[in-house]
Amino acid sequence: MATIIGAVATSHIPGIGIALARQQQNEPYWKPFFDGYPPVNAWLERMRPDVAVVIYNDHGLNFFLDKMPTFAIGAAAEYRNADEGWGLESQPPFPGHPQLSWHLIESLMAEEFDLTTCQEMLVDHGFVVPMQLLWPGRRDLPLCVPIDVNTVQHPLPTPARCYKFGAALGRAIASFPEPLRVVLVGTGGLSHQLDGKRAGFINRDFDLLWIEELLSDPLALTRFSIHDVVECAGSQGAELIMWLTMRGALTGQVRCLHRNYHIPISNTAAGLLLLEQAA
Amino acid sequence: MFYGKSGDRMTAQQSIWGTTVFDGQQAMKGYALNKMCYSFNDAANRAAFLRDEAAYCRRFGLTDEQRRAVARRDVLAMIAAGGNIYYLAKLAGIFGLNVQDVGAQQTGLTVEEFKARLLAARG
Repeated sequence: MATIIGAVATSHIPGIGIALARQQQNEPYWKPFFDGYPPVNAWLERMRPDVAVVIYNDHGLNFFLDKMPTFAIGAAAEYRNADEGWGLESQPPFPGHPQLSWHLIESLMAEEFDLTTCQEMLVDHGFVVPMQLLWPGRRDLPLCVPIDVNTVQHPLPTPARCYKFGAALGRAIASFPEPLRVVLVGTGGLSHQLDGKRAGFINRDFDLLWIEELLSDPLALTRFSIHDVVECAGSQGAELIMWLTMRGALTGQVRCLHRNYHIPISNTAAGLLLLEQAA
Repeated sequence: MFYGKSGDRMTAQQSIWGTTVFDGQQAMKGYALNKMCYSFNDAANRAAFLRDEAAYCRRFGLTDEQRRAVARRDVLAMIAAGGNIYYLAKLAGIFGLNVQDVGAQQTGLTVEEFKARLLAARG
């Protein structure tokens, strides 16, 4: 059977991809952010996952408002990246694991999560930037299954729905009949707002509360509505639901092996967590 | 419940200060503008917009309000006309503007002042 060996939550700001392309990791602005990653890289090198199941949100590369799925899952042999409109260099394709994808689809559908299934799926910075951060130079790059959560058009799925989806995803992974080693990746956040007169809103207190409860009592986070999350974490801080989705897939207690939090990267509070299932 | 640093009171059931929730109403209102911005994922479309902006806006059927907002590069007006920031960011990219530039414009600050506000969130 497949095993979830651990999970990583990380921000996915486009500026990170630009900084990587320009090799600015050691510049004063970027160093406190990039210094968070070597312990996670070392853990991944040691643990060598076969597959990464990546929970992220599309920002208008693959999905438009003509058809906007709430939960969409890739079921492709590879996932291509493309220009998002502001000159980010496209990354080579990421290899998928379609057998695992279809197993997850069948298992999640049986648990009443009605997914949009994608045999073609362009992946944007929400997926690509975390992959670049976690597997620099693509060394030991695992196969991947991307899962997209709508954070563009309200109504968004509630935190409670995301937590339950994550829990069903965890059961789906664990019931895959081959002995795959799977790492979960939840991307996005933390607090930020790009639009409106409240642009630039960051809420350190709420971010730290979200992280603490994510570690100790994730079910408690389901008391928040999406409106609460937007109010407390900003319009785009709604991406926090991907962290909760990821956490839902881990059962019971977790050990936090490493964390980082830094304000600001671009307009965003950047966060990083490395989690293992507690015995 | 948490409050914005500006001190504006906000409660869960009321609107959030300085924030437009992009819901079905906004999605309908902004469809043409957002569809045009979505097209800017393709470099050839960005070039076509730069060659003849008015014609490109006509092709996507932008409303007068949307065309005026785009012509003035007025992000708050684009949002009022139904624009979603994820798509609008692709339009901003054509002009070489990043999210700090766009944030400064919306808040009436200089870019340096806007960046200082972000830093102040460290507390």
